Amino acid sequence: MAITFTVNGQEQSLDVEPQMPLLWALREQLGLTGTKFGCGISACGACTVHLDGRPVRSCVLPVSAVDGKTVTTIEGLASHGVLHAVQEAWIAHQVPQCGYCQSGLIMAVVGLLAQNPAPSDDQIDAAITNICRCGTFARVRRAIHSLAQRGKATS
Amino acid sequence: MNKWTRRTFIGAGTVAGGGFLLGVAGFTFAPGRHTLVGEDASEKGQLTTWITVTPDNVITVLIPHCEMGQGTLTALAMMAAEEMEADWSMVRVLEAPALGEYANGYVVRAAGGDYIPAVMARGVDYGSFKAAQWFGFQVTGGSTAVRSTGEYGMRVAGAAAKEMLLSAAARQWGVPAADCAARASRIVHAASGRSAAFGELARTAATLPVPTSPALKEPDTFTIRRTSPPRLDIPPKVDGSAVYGIDFTTPGMLYAALEIAPVQGGRLTSVDAAPAEAMPGVRQVVGLEEAVAVVADSFWRARRALAALKPVFDDAGHGAVSTTSIFAAFDAALGPPPEMPAGAARVVTADYRVPFLAHATMEPMACTARVEGDGAEVWTGVQDPLNARSVAAKALGIKPEQVRVTNLLLGGGFGRRLPFNFDYVDLAVRIAKAVSPVPVKTIWTRENDIQHDYYRPAAMSRHAGALDAGGAPLAVKSHYTGGGNGEAVFMPYAITDTGAEEKEANHPIRPGQWRSVLNSQHGFFKESFIDEMAHAAGKDPYEFRRALLGNRPRFKAVLERVAAMANWGAPLPAGEGRGIALCESFGTIVGEVAHVAVSAEGGLRVRHVYAAVDCGDVVNPDSATAQVEGAIVFALSAAMLSEITIAGGRVVETNFRDYPMIHLAEAPRITAEFIRSDATLGGLGEPIVPPLAPAVTNAIFAATGVRVRNLPIRNQAAAVGLTPSPDTRSAPPPTGGSPAR
Repeated sequence: MAITFTVNGQEQSLDVEPQMPLLWALREQLGLTGTKFGCGISACGACTVHLDGRPVRSCVLPVSAVDGKTVTTIEGLASHGVLHAVQEAWIAHQVPQCGYCQSGLIMAVVGLLAQNPAPSDDQIDAAITNICRCGTFARVRRAIHSLAQRGKATS
Repeated sequence: MNKWTRRTFIGAGTVAGGGFLLGVAGFTFAPGRHTLVGEDASEKGQLTTWITVTPDNVITVLIPHCEMGQGTLTALAMMAAEEMEADWSMVRVLEAPALGEYANGYVVRAAGGDYIPAVMARGVDYGSFKAAQWFGFQVTGGSTAVRSTGEYGMRVAGAAAKEMLLSAAARQWGVPAADCAARASRIVHAASGRSAAFGELARTAATLPVPTSPALKEPDTFTIRRTSPPRLDIPPKVDGSAVYGIDFTTPGMLYAALEIAPVQGGRLTSVDAAPAEAMPGVRQVVGLEEAVAVVADSFWRARRALAALKPVFDDAGHGAVSTTSIFAAFDAALGPPPEMPAGAARVVTADYRVPFLAHATMEPMACTARVEGDGAEVWTGVQDPLNARSVAAKALGIKPEQVRVTNLLLGGGFGRRLPFNFDYVDLAVRIAKAVSPVPVKTIWTRENDIQHDYYRPAAMSRHAGALDAGGAPLAVKSHYTGGGNGEAVFMPYAITDTGAEEKEANHPIRPGQWRSVLNSQHGFFKESFIDEMAHAAGKDPYEFRRALLGNRPRFKAVLERVAAMANWGAPLPAGEGRGIALCESFGTIVGEVAHVAVSAEGGLRVRHVYAAVDCGDVVNPDSATAQVEGAIVFALSAAMLSEITIAGGRVVETNFRDYPMIHLAEAPRITAEFIRSDATLGGLGEPIVPPLAPAVTNAIFAATGVRVRNLPIRNQAAAVGLTPSPDTRSAPPPTGGSPAR
């Protein structure tokens, strides 16, 4: 039975086992390799994507769970070639080192800011639980605060 | 070893379309590699060496090191562009291909030729039977890229290119080259007001003789170095377009999941392939000497089919090995504490223990290979593509020249992807050979990665120290297991009677190089012990160290700087404390102060870490600061939380739930400052790690009076009523789903 869902604005229909995790469907069936495999047990967040606008960890999410829903991956974050504000902030603050976990971190932060445009440090601590072995956390925090400031300035 | 001369190693030529290329080869062992731009260069696809200038004014710098987030590509390009007087906005970088011509032997002669980084030493030894034959390095490790390839390669290439462009302009205008100047990718002749872009001059410049000793710029004239242009590798890392080893795809590719003998050295005894072969998408079950793999049309299907197998492995006779047995052997091997001089007013002794550690790079090991006839292609992420090529060739019984390696981005290295650690390449090519000529991507699970690493060795030390009646140290000596060398055990303090002696205590757990290598354990040992000496002497730990650095001005300056940064000595509330540590490694001196707080309930938090760093000079200050910030978090995970334990000969830990990491919530504030001493450049990727653990445990002592002598701290915490910040912080559960196997 085919599973049909929207990925980055495009409808996709996949004929795969329903229990295949969304992560592998995205990476191998759809060629969207920006979403990363880190642990396979929902512990690290490298596989974070948005399901109907909310961050989820795709390595433990069966693809059947997204049938009829909307998925956004890191590749779909920019709009008409214009980077999302979080991506811009990531460049401005030179956040990534090896970069491998950053797709997931960016998706998690976009999700946080959509809910809470100006999170406190405690709220950031609670929401951003991704693992980054390069230790980019100081810049992640700084970039989030810069976006919150910008949000205040423009609202 | 071959003698390095600039004349031998600089080459130039033209590129298609009238461009200009210039390269300086690294020192290599092989006599045949001196000429960079051979007659057949265009056929071999070796046209680009280190610098090319094309008529559109684009300058492309080819870098013989890999990018794993340390900013190497940008820093090395900056060093070349600085000497060239290039317009930085027109500079592009490429990582060099895995060809002998790009061996980066400069790392071997860094710091005057008498210093061989530990990670390279094995290779040099290996090649010693005929070092000059064919052994090639293209390694990124030992914190060497900037201080070796940058200093001896990139700068010279940039300076030579500038001189040739100056000569080309001078010839065109009929003026002395000395009257011309290079500025922002143009040559200008001020007297006549003429100027020409590098791109216009490239064709002529390429025909000119190559200067043998181009003059290098004085640091006070730098315009690109010491500034912080954005790193060139970052934009593709924010939109998902960066391609890591695990991301490589090629048409017709299959996927492999594997299970490796759980006890290192174990062999596959038997496996019934039938249950997996009956499952959808499965192409083949591949039995290897030490592993079994399932090749299927998707990784998930391969992994699911692998789970249906019940392979039997032997334990290579190591089934009784455990963390307990290893440390018992260490304890026995260390023997009685080192003897202290007679007449000491006070003798201090202490034992310290550090565990095995895994690298746990965020990108699990992955390697795609296609084997066809006598040739093979390999796509992966390694810290040394040339050595990976040799590993693949050896596994397949063919020559290195018959293997083509494409190195992709590395999702973290930290030493896991160094030469001699290429089991993931070795396994992948053997799996691919079994299904030749189909390309196969072998992906390691996190469980594979944690359980089959080359581990930072566990180690133990037994220290003894003697103080005179006035509290001055007379002697500090140690016995240790787990490896060491002169650099790692070196203490800068003026103590006349010192000595560190290694004791043999063998075990079968395979060792690897882990960020800062031997310094990671010895930094903790020696800086913990000197702190204990200070307290035994009744002295302030900072002042005690400082008094012993009278004839070591660089160390003293670093110590004083970090103490000032941390406001050392200012009163703190009860339950808070500062700890200090000072280490030199990879040519860089680092002082760190940790500020910790222990709550009434016993909660332990590292609030702030201050680091003062003397690596001579920094190329890109912002990128260098990022290295300091990141290395402190990396080292803090290890100090607080990380431990690989062995039971029944096997690694017990499996994934991030039982091999936990510091998260954003627990990451301390970090303040970093660099001291520009203008000493020979030191490394930066690793030297920040060693002082962190002792700074934290010294701070815990200051806050609580409890001395933590065994890492990780969380193990000791319970015994002393501390609970370090959460170590198994669970992710918010995503919607639905159970963990996929």
